[in-house]
Amino acid sequence: MRVYDAQLQSRLLLGTSRYPSPAVLTEAVKASGADVVTVSLRRESSSDRSGQGFFSIIRSLGVRVLPNTAGCHSVKEAVTTAHMAREVFGTTWIKLEVIGDRTTLQPDVFGLVEAAKILCEDGFQVFPYTTEDLVVADKLLDAGCRVLMPWGAPIGSGQGLNNVSGLRAMRARFQEVPLIVDAGIGVPSHATRALELGMDGVLINTAVARAGDPVGMARAFADAVKAGHAAFVAQPMLPSDVAVPSTPEVGLAHLV
Amino acid sequence: MKITLNGAEREITDGCLEQALRELGYSDAAIATAVNGEFVPKNQRLQIVLNDGDRLEVVAPMQGG
Repeated sequence: MRVYDAQLQSRLLLGTSRYPSPAVLTEAVKASGADVVTVSLRRESSSDRSGQGFFSIIRSLGVRVLPNTAGCHSVKEAVTTAHMAREVFGTTWIKLEVIGDRTTLQPDVFGLVEAAKILCEDGFQVFPYTTEDLVVADKLLDAGCRVLMPWGAPIGSGQGLNNVSGLRAMRARFQEVPLIVDAGIGVPSHATRALELGMDGVLINTAVARAGDPVGMARAFADAVKAGHAAFVAQPMLPSDVAVPSTPEVGLAHLV
Repeated sequence: MKITLNGAEREITDGCLEQALRELGYSDAAIATAVNGEFVPKNQRLQIVLNDGDRLEVVAPMQGG
């Protein structure tokens, strides 16, 4: 999968939050095969310097980092956070989140488009966390985004794909744009479904981190994503409203 | 001089942001800074002089989804 200047080997992107320990996080990233992990910025205490320890773990994994602007509710917060992330992580990639609703964590798509325009003009390569709204998607592309990250369901909910028709419409409309489902995926079958629909990838965090065995779940998601993409490439059959016998009726013995 | 560091009041000696970061224990750390809500790039830390009552935010890499 090609996103911006990178050719990614895996269609699975992994978040680094909510794991039981740094050791489990490390093993889960390896098991997932992901070559991109998401990270964030938070206040650093000069006494425990916990961020420095976390950063050294991430660097040791040899993966690309995709910093996010999680928790930002305004354009200014998101843009400032993006600038800070570019300096700390040394990347122009930014997963742009401008949150509009505290309960559903739904993106504020108006603020998102505004922030995306500012950041794209400033040389960032923006990965916008958005809805499946086609008009918003068009405006994000006009702003300079070259990848879209529609939600599957509210962040951390594990509900799966709440609007399959909407995702399918996005795929049909933006055939050349990488689409990565971000948020809401709970189990590997949800990821498979997303890839079967023609999504280019999925970003998973909570579903792996909060599993009983995060490392085993990371492996399961890796397999699920491969299966879903292979199925999409192989062109699934069209569903039918009525039964269609798979065994030939010609030659059936007359036994009554 | 009193400033607010990451939401908590701190006493520091007068000077530039670079000096304040050293005094506050952030030497050689992978951090980014903002003063009064405005991002201050690393290469401007020597030029920015902190004033009494300034709000300094110091952030570093953290887990994220």
